[in-house]
This record gives sequence, structure tokens and C-alpha cells, in this order.
Amino acid sequence: MRAIGTLAHRLAILAYIAFALFPLFWLVKVSVTPNDLLYSEGIRLWPSRTTFEHFRFVLAHSDFPLFFRNSLIVSLATAFVATALAGFAGYALSRFAFRGKLTVSGLLLVTQMFPLVMLVAPIFKLLSPLGLTNSLTGLVVVYVAFNVPFACFLMQSFFDGIPRDLEEAAMIDGASRFGAFRQIILPLTLPGIAATVGFVFTAAWSEMIFALMLISSNEKATFPVGLLSFVSKFSVDFGQMMAAGVLALIPACLFFLLIQRYLVQGLTAGAVKG
Amino acid sequence: MATIDIRAVSKAYGGHAPVLTDIDLSIRDGEFIVLVGPSGCGKSTLLRMIAGLEAISAGTIAIGGRVVNDLAPKARDIAMVFQSYALYPHMTVAENMTYSLRLKKTPKATVAEKLEAASRKLGLDAFLARKPKALSGGQRQRVAMGRAIVRAPKAFLFDEPLSNLDARLREQMRAEIRKLHAGLGATSIYVTHDQVEAMTLADRIVAMHGGIIQQVGSPLDLYDRPANLFVAGFIGSPGMNFLPGRWDAGARAVRLKADSVLPVERAIDLPDGSAITVGVRPEHVGLGGEGGLAAAVELVEPTGHGIILHLRLQDQPFKALTTDRRYLTPQESVTVTMPADRLHLFDGNGDRIA
Repeated sequence: MRAIGTLAHRLAILAYIAFALFPLFWLVKVSVTPNDLLYSEGIRLWPSRTTFEHFRFVLAHSDFPLFFRNSLIVSLATAFVATALAGFAGYALSRFAFRGKLTVSGLLLVTQMFPLVMLVAPIFKLLSPLGLTNSLTGLVVVYVAFNVPFACFLMQSFFDGIPRDLEEAAMIDGASRFGAFRQIILPLTLPGIAATVGFVFTAAWSEMIFALMLISSNEKATFPVGLLSFVSKFSVDFGQMMAAGVLALIPACLFFLLIQRYLVQGLTAGAVKG
Repeated sequence: MATIDIRAVSKAYGGHAPVLTDIDLSIRDGEFIVLVGPSGCGKSTLLRMIAGLEAISAGTIAIGGRVVNDLAPKARDIAMVFQSYALYPHMTVAENMTYSLRLKKTPKATVAEKLEAASRKLGLDAFLARKPKALSGGQRQRVAMGRAIVRAPKAFLFDEPLSNLDARLREQMRAEIRKLHAGLGATSIYVTHDQVEAMTLADRIVAMHGGIIQQVGSPLDLYDRPANLFVAGFIGSPGMNFLPGRWDAGARAVRLKADSVLPVERAIDLPDGSAITVGVRPEHVGLGGEGGLAAAVELVEPTGHGIILHLRLQDQPFKALTTDRRYLTPQESVTVTMPADRLHLFDGNGDRIA
């Protein structure tokens, strides 16, 4: 009975994974299908002939490397700036009692309630006189602003998970509050920081609406916008588009591979009684 | 090593009832003080105020003659052992123990020397390279103590350090703390809700309740002459029995319910007929004597060492402690005697009389 239960459980998980990963598989599949087979072979799980022609074209003859570089700059900058700000703010929310704390938390929450589309026009109006439209800096500013609230709550919950006793012990041992934060709390929050950086990075990496609206020139476009350039008036070049999509997945994958060690590590084990 | 002087200290969190009211306490150099009381009595708050982890609302705290009210914890030169141990999980035992010394930029040779001495004293030599998570509860406890010892601070603060250990280990660590104190002679303040810890460890006990110091004295002072009903009930296990009654000045006796009379054989300055509470410890209750009061037996608890009889006397729960195994066989009732010189008398306010 138990074995059947386990089996059913595993099968259900397997089915879910297949369902979740199928679009990714399809992305890869189309990216290696030669153009002449794309429509002629109908629905097949794998084309009878594969090619890397689309990748070659995307890398050598399109603006994709440029988009890619822009995306990388914007996403990395956003991830680090947002996480640093969220780290300090989250620590304050977690540890300090101050007037207006509830209001601040509430306002942070309110920022998450509006659909981004609503804010595109006002933000464009704001950034335009500052010369921040059509600029990667402007994009970073906007992304940081939109990601800090959530990142802040995320970091707060990680700090909440670290016993206050630890920094109090450090402060009694002779550290200042900032010293205790840097030497004791920060190393223990690395998994949380990694998770936050990862979250903000992917959010910025895949953001489309603002990138599309705030950036007007090709040199400043990020790759989600760049992907649209494969859609022309009369046709969609699926092969190249999918190849670009596959390439765009690489940094996100690499990034998570890099930080997954911290994501799964329970660094606080053994800190207090156990 | 230093004295600690607490003068008229109060603590209140904005708009709420005060947590501590008018605390006055002078701690001598090298003294082992235990703050004891039920949870919520303010003992931990007082300790944290001495440590500098809580702000002081009113009054002053001086360590070694210097008022520390506005000093950060790091400037007070005190060490603290937390209930949770609060070991730094990403540091090894050696790094944990030397963290404070390294912060002070102590020369490496001195650090190594102090680490060696402390770890030998605590039997931690073999574990110096381990991380806290690879240690048992008792070892973690020792590291926490080692972290305090290496610093040779002005005072040690202990916040219920043994609460997370099992009974046997607690007993063992209790003895070790006492021995350590005898060896180091450092001023120590120890917070606990466990009256046995308080009795065994303290030079002087400070019994607290409701944010107020109820009594300060040696363990036996508190046991023999509790200042009020709270201390009488809190110190001692099983706890003291209490019987309500009225003072009969003519007979020098307490009139209990149902016309029973309890002679106390001493003069008390109390008007005839005043309310009075008689207290007697279970270990001082005599069983089966002449002219005693009848009590119904409700439960017999053998502890091995003795027997606790749960009785009902004059409609009050009443306990007697005996080593006489005859009482293991259930009986309907027993007679109870209370020697006059073992009686504690408390007035209507719950304060001790004479």
C-alpha cells in the first residue's frame, strides 16, 4: 500500500516536472530545427535533422550580443544595488523598533499592488527631463525601485530567522552594532542574500514592459526587447528567436548554479540550542 | 572584578505598566548573586539592563564605580552567557572563544595562551577546531562559558544558562559553574527561574516578583525567614503550606477553621482577631502525633528519597514530606502536627510577622 502511495507520489511529481519543463524543451527543439522542416514535419518531438545555423546567425549577424551585454549590465547592477539596499532596510525592519515602522512596511506593500503598466507613463514623464530615458542607468533605477520592496521583505524574513542573541553576544564581546552585523549576521545571511540576488536578477533579466517603453534605440535595448526584432511585419523567424531565447537562458542558469550552494545550505544550524 | 551598584532603577516600555520598579541592589566584588522569580518578574530585563542590551528608564547602574547608563555593551567590559548559548555558528570553537580578544586586537601569543588556559579548564581542548553544530548541548554550554572566561571581564552575567540542558547535565554544570566561580572569584549575576539553582549557586539570592525585589539574602535566610508569602511559596520544593486563620492574642494562638487552634508560643504585635496566614514547610510537618489536626489523604507520591503526601486540611491543599515508608500504604486520613517553632506567620498583607 505504502509502495503504491510512494509510486503515485513520484509519478505525480514527474508529470508536473514534464509539464513545467515542456515549453523549455520546445524552445530548444525549435532552435535546432532547420527552417525548411519547421512547418513541414508537423508536430514531432525531435526534428529528423538538426542544425545550429540559427545560433550562428544570432551570434554573428544579429544585434543579439549587444542586447545580451545590455541585459547583463542592467540585471547585475539591479541585483546588487537592490540587494544591498534591501539588506540594510530589511535589517532595520527586523531588528529596530522605530516610529512609523508599520507605515513604512505598509507603504512598501502598497508599491506591490499596482500593475506596472499603469506606471509606465508617469515614470516616463519623470525620467525624461532627467535624461534617464533611453539609458541603461534609468532602467536600473526603475528596476531597483520596483524590486527593493519585495527584496526587503525577503531579507527581513531571513534576518528574522537569525536569533537576536547572536548579535547581542557579539556586542557584549566588544563589537559595535555594525561590526556585529558585518561579522556575525551577514555571513549567516549569505543564503538569504543569494536568494535575493537571484530573485532580483531574474526579475530584471526578464523584464519587458519598461525596457520596451523607456528604451528607444537599438544600442540600449535589452534582450527581451531584442527578441521582438525577430518578429517582422510579414513573418516571425521562430528558429532565430528560439536560439536567442536559449542563449538568454544561459546566464540565469549559470547564476543559479553559482548560488544554489547557498540556497540550500542551512548555515544557522548549531547556532542555538538543538 | 568589580562591584555593581543598582540605584532606584526602573524600566517601562512607553505607556505600559512598569516592568521593573525602583530596584536597589549593591553587589559586592566577587559575589555570586542569583536573580530568581517566575517568568515575567523582570529578572531577565534587569540583567539585560546591566549588560546594556536594554535602555534604563530611570535610576543608575554603576559597574566598578562608573555609571554605565549611557555606555554601549562593548564599553561595559562584562561577559554574558545566554540561554541559547548564542555561539557564532560559522566560527570554530576556538574562534568563538577568542572573538572578543581578536576584536580588541590582542597579540596573537596572548590570545593563544588565554585560549589554551580556558579550554583546558573547561575540557574543550579536543574540540577547538569544531563548529558549534558538531557539539553536544553540554559542550556548547561550555564553549559559551569559555567565551566569557577568556576575557577576564569585570562581571559575568548568566541568563538562564542551564535551562536547555537535561536534568543530569544541569546538575553537573551547576557544580562546575560554582567551582569556576570559586576559582575565578569574578562578580557574577545569574538569572534563573529554578529555585534549586538559586539555592545551590548563590552567595545571595534576589527574589523578584512583579518587577519588584521581594527579598535579598543568603539562600538559608530566604528558606528560614521568607519576608513574605511570595518568597515563602517560591523557595523550597515541595512548596510551603499555607493556612488562613485569625490571631487570638489571649491564647497566643491562631484560630483556624472549625475551631481548631494552633498555638504559636510567641508574642505578636497584632490586634486580636486580625487575619493571619500560617505557613509551614512540608518537611516540617509531623505525622501521626498526639493532638494533631485530621487531614484527608488525596495522593501519595513516592520520590524514592522520601514520600510526598498530598493532603486536604481544613479544605486547603496541604503537603507533607516524610521518609517513613509506612505512609506508602494508602490510608483514609492522617493526623498532622506543626511544631510551633517551625511556623511562619504572615499578616493580612502577606508580610512576615516576627
